[in-house]
Amino acid sequence: MLAATMIIGGVLVITRKNAVHSAMALITTLLAQAALYLMLYAPFVAGVQIILYAGGIMVLFLFVIMLINLERNMKERQFNKQWLVGIVAAAALGGLFIAVYTTTTRGKVLFPEGRMTYGESQNTQAIAGLLFDRGAGQYMFAFEIASLLLLVAIIGAVVMAKKRI
Amino acid sequence: MHDLILYIQSYLDSDRTPGGAGNIFWATVYILLVFGGLSVAVIAMNWLERKILAHMQVRLGPMRVGPHGLLQPIADAIKLLLKEDIIPAEADKIVFWIAPFIVVLAAFTVFVVVPFGPTHAITDMNIGILFMLGVSSLSVLGIVTAGWASNSHYPLIGALRSSAQMVSYEVAMGLAVLSVILMTSLNATGTGTLSMIGIVQAQLAQGEWFIFKFFPLGLIGFVIFAIAMVAETNRAPFDLPEAESELTAGFHTEYSGFRWSLFFLAEYSAMIAVSSIAVTLWLGGWLRPFPNALSGPTWELVFSLFPGITFVLLALMCFYNTARMPKHPLFKIQTIGLAGFGVVLGVIGLLLFLTPVRVRVTDIFWFAAKVAGFMYLYIWYRGTFPRYRFDQLMKVGWKVLLPTGLTLLICTAVWAMRSDVWFEVIVPLWHYFVGILHWLVSLL
Repeated sequence: MLAATMIIGGVLVITRKNAVHSAMALITTLLAQAALYLMLYAPFVAGVQIILYAGGIMVLFLFVIMLINLERNMKERQFNKQWLVGIVAAAALGGLFIAVYTTTTRGKVLFPEGRMTYGESQNTQAIAGLLFDRGAGQYMFAFEIASLLLLVAIIGAVVMAKKRI
Repeated sequence: MHDLILYIQSYLDSDRTPGGAGNIFWATVYILLVFGGLSVAVIAMNWLERKILAHMQVRLGPMRVGPHGLLQPIADAIKLLLKEDIIPAEADKIVFWIAPFIVVLAAFTVFVVVPFGPTHAITDMNIGILFMLGVSSLSVLGIVTAGWASNSHYPLIGALRSSAQMVSYEVAMGLAVLSVILMTSLNATGTGTLSMIGIVQAQLAQGEWFIFKFFPLGLIGFVIFAIAMVAETNRAPFDLPEAESELTAGFHTEYSGFRWSLFFLAEYSAMIAVSSIAVTLWLGGWLRPFPNALSGPTWELVFSLFPGITFVLLALMCFYNTARMPKHPLFKIQTIGLAGFGVVLGVIGLLLFLTPVRVRVTDIFWFAAKVAGFMYLYIWYRGTFPRYRFDQLMKVGWKVLLPTGLTLLICTAVWAMRSDVWFEVIVPLWHYFVGILHWLVSLL
């Protein structure tokens, strides 16, 4: 049911004419994804997804959508002359995915028959272990580099948007 | 039928929350209790706010509707329900309808993990505090869509300002909360916890409330959170987005009647929710004052009499005011009403002196008393402080609270690990530095 919500939300994102409706459908999709994370016994990732993605990034999306005047765009008729090629390409990609997942051995590993059930308390501890532990934790450097990358992006955005005084 | 009774009774001796024990019946009962209690609390807050603000401004507040205005919130609720439901002309109907729904949903879902006692929560998630922060950030979405859907510029500006303010102060809140989570890990097993009940139990195990820990670091964290939580809920002195004299009520300008009351309900619930976060994280949750300094059976008895004494005092205040009522025949109903209210409070107080009730209620009472203290502080701030201008507001959020929060986090971490800092951090860094020097010298 959660997967159905996500798929319907995703379809609504791309089919709505009103951009605010698309953003709300995206929020539904992200919340369903957080619930899927919960079902995979990863509560920490679910919580962080809600805080950052649904509560932070979507707010920024909505800000931008609301500050741009989209009235004229909504009334224009949408046209798409390449719909046949688009359908063929999407069907080919989908067929390729299905073929990989069902026939090759590496693909079969991605969807194991049984699900591993971790205790609920282990997700946060496991992530902390991967980041900080002396033996297993090699991800701290990559984490810090990624945050430096985001900082550079923020500084770039601020510099570009500044008024020339 | 017998199985049902067994199912209901199987939880009664459990030492876990209903969600933890998987008992659906008791979980539903707890949900209904929390929902009902929250509604009563919002109604009481409405009355208290008007009365306390009035007394701070040397006037009386509502006095006519019931005895001393006690029925005023009910009159307000009836008025709001009967008001005409106006939707602006070109507003987006679906989004207009959905926006208060999102805000109320976010504000009420937060209470699933609020711990009123060691087993008195609906459920105790392992990511309790993360869940609360996340769901309360979903209310920002509701506010933004409310402002947009009204199709009018005052609500739009109000909504954008309000959501910018909430997002900014969420960062400061998160940093203050992080410093507390650090402190929970200073127990015997060395692992901290994100669950709300676990945080209070860590305070019990470490013997001091986190507001006093590593003095003054706990206190600074508490102050940062206290300021950020007032800004997060758009309350004075940070209420520019919804101030009547500035923006004609901001994002909820175009909402009337029942929809407006949903926003109002959500605002007060959010206030109670972030106050419960502050109480759980810094003020020891359901623990009575001085759990370790004044311990022993006599002090336990003294402190467990507090709920009953509080209600009996309230009843006595009611009776005193009944005696002071004007002796005019038109006031007869009000006098009888106030006396009746006093009798009800007195009966509750006397009930709370009985031992089985006392043992169960004392946790909930201390938690509710601390949250009530925070509510009084909220009303006090509204009556005392002038409003922040929006650029001053954002300046405080980003330039004052954020650096203070970061410094607090680093200081807490360093002070908590002060015995390990020398050998684990400074010495290896020194060796690394010396190694680089050797390598540079070897290039010559």
